[in-house]
Amino acid sequence: MNAPVIETQGLTKRYGDFVAVDSLDLSVLPGHVFGLLGPNGSGKTTTILMLLGLTEPTEGQVRVLGFDPERQPLSVKSRVGYLPDQVGFYDDLTARENLIYIAKLNGLRRDEAHRRADDALARMGLADVADHPVGTFSRGMRQRLGVAEVLLKQPQLIIMDEPTQGLDPEAAREFLEIIRQLRAEGITVLLSSHLLHQVQEVCDHVGLFHRGRMVLEGTVQELARQVLGSAYRIHLELAEPSEAVERALSQVPGIQKVVHRGEGRYELEAQEDHRAQVARAVVEAGGQLLALDVDAPSLDEIYAHYFQEVEHVPA
Amino acid sequence: MSQLELTQAQRVREQRAREGSPWTGLWAVVVKEMADHLTSVRMRILELLIILTAGGTVYAALQNLRQGAGQDRFLFLRLFTTSREPLPAFIGFLGFLIPLVAIALAFDAINGEFNQRTLSRVLAQPIYRDALLMGKFLAGFFTLALVLAAIWLLIMGLGIIGLGLPPSGEEVARSLWFLVVALFYGGIWLALAMLFSVIFRQPATAALASIAVWLFFTVFWDMIVGVLVPVLSPVRFGLPEERIAQIETALTLTRLSPNTLYTEATIGLLSPSVRSFGLVLPSQLQGAILGTPLPLGQSLLLIWPQLTGLIAATILLFALGYILFQRQEIRA
Repeated sequence: MNAPVIETQGLTKRYGDFVAVDSLDLSVLPGHVFGLLGPNGSGKTTTILMLLGLTEPTEGQVRVLGFDPERQPLSVKSRVGYLPDQVGFYDDLTARENLIYIAKLNGLRRDEAHRRADDALARMGLADVADHPVGTFSRGMRQRLGVAEVLLKQPQLIIMDEPTQGLDPEAAREFLEIIRQLRAEGITVLLSSHLLHQVQEVCDHVGLFHRGRMVLEGTVQELARQVLGSAYRIHLELAEPSEAVERALSQVPGIQKVVHRGEGRYELEAQEDHRAQVARAVVEAGGQLLALDVDAPSLDEIYAHYFQEVEHVPA
Repeated sequence: MSQLELTQAQRVREQRAREGSPWTGLWAVVVKEMADHLTSVRMRILELLIILTAGGTVYAALQNLRQGAGQDRFLFLRLFTTSREPLPAFIGFLGFLIPLVAIALAFDAINGEFNQRTLSRVLAQPIYRDALLMGKFLAGFFTLALVLAAIWLLIMGLGIIGLGLPPSGEEVARSLWFLVVALFYGGIWLALAMLFSVIFRQPATAALASIAVWLFFTVFWDMIVGVLVPVLSPVRFGLPEERIAQIETALTLTRLSPNTLYTEATIGLLSPSVRSFGLVLPSQLQGAILGTPLPLGQSLLLIWPQLTGLIAATILLFALGYILFQRQEIRA
């Protein structure tokens, strides 16, 4: 089963003259966690709404789990769970009542609806507050209730729009753990976010959105290589910096750039983690190594670097 | 094989129709919305108000009727129509309580979901938008029917106790038809408030707009008709034809208001001796025995245009709201 879960070709949405999404080709494989990244207003939410058939595309083709969301919205929506940004519930109803309503809209029978609602609430740690009105819930609890609602359908694909926005760090960390669990169960997840370090933690693949286009796509490593050139930065500190050591460093295979930051501190750029070779080169050249460290590529850096570059190009 | 590579025939078939029924999930929406209506504080207040007015007006009517009891064949219907100063008759009260209830039931139907951010979540379930809007309308309609039926039973009960007589079959039939009229009169305001709840993002705006329309027809429409009629069909030479034309213009214009339709239909049903709402010329009265009641079938014929007018307006307003809602972008 390796056919893509989500596949779009030339997907475009225009509002008048404004192009919200511009000929998007997206392909998400089963079992992956795919992150849509981009600044606000770059077309992430519009893309998600088109995948669910909640907004009609102006042009292009969409297939979600093999169905066309525009013509077969019921088949798509009964298999796909959607967690909108700033998820809302009926505040006067209890958590359980909210879930039962959604279960009924999905055509579940009464006993089945109750069983699944109880399971989902227990799984999200909301069993104790199942009969409290949702109006009393915190943001993090609502978000977990949102996931409980999505799990109710037993979906093959879950789409989350800015799921960690507005959560405190602890709640956000818990939420990312939930996403990892879903992935371990083989559920495909598509999530959009502009909180990059969080996306980096859970996503197998990311797509970078800018002005309605997906400008970059791949694993975090691939993006780093594309945008930053070198994915790893090695920091080292020497007791007595000398010309000889510096020369030795630049001759280590795989090191692309050596920058002297002053006071014996150096920054090296490499495509892979070459700490061992660097350490040997320093010692062999007679240098005294005080500290050696490496930065894995971070999405924040890729993102900042990319948007710095495009800002210089007039749109 | 890529899933995008569909056969031509499959694609043509898909493009012709959407799958499934637009009514999937309709009853789930109806049940949930009705439960909301019946437990909401808003409805409790209105129900209390209606029951108090029903009790008060019927009590006053009973006092009046006791004094002249025995002569009227339709004593029970008089419970609805008899007024005693300073209280208006019960049907008069209902004439402005029904719009109030209907507006209260629907003014935040759609924009409330928007503001609670539940709309996108609900529409992401395997239902069409049709089911949501229709379900909300039907829930309001059934709630209104429930309230009206309760009041009807209350009045009948009070009547049996107060008058010491059971109602006749025709009285029951006529008052039930009156309920149908009242229900569709409420349907208009329900559909109007729902239309405004689609158009305006703020529930308060939608409520005010609905109440503005209601005030316009209750208070200002008659005045505007009074101003318009002499302009549209002036009496220049004082001829009888001119006078008749003027009165007919006035009638046509006032009947554009749902309030007029409701009042006329109610009078036609609850006062069986009413034979016409317009101008009656002496020649048309030849052979008629004045003051004798019409049979139910004839009264229904008399009010048929008013009743269909009320139903048509309800459907029209609902259709308008439906079209706007289908085209609306659901993102906030």
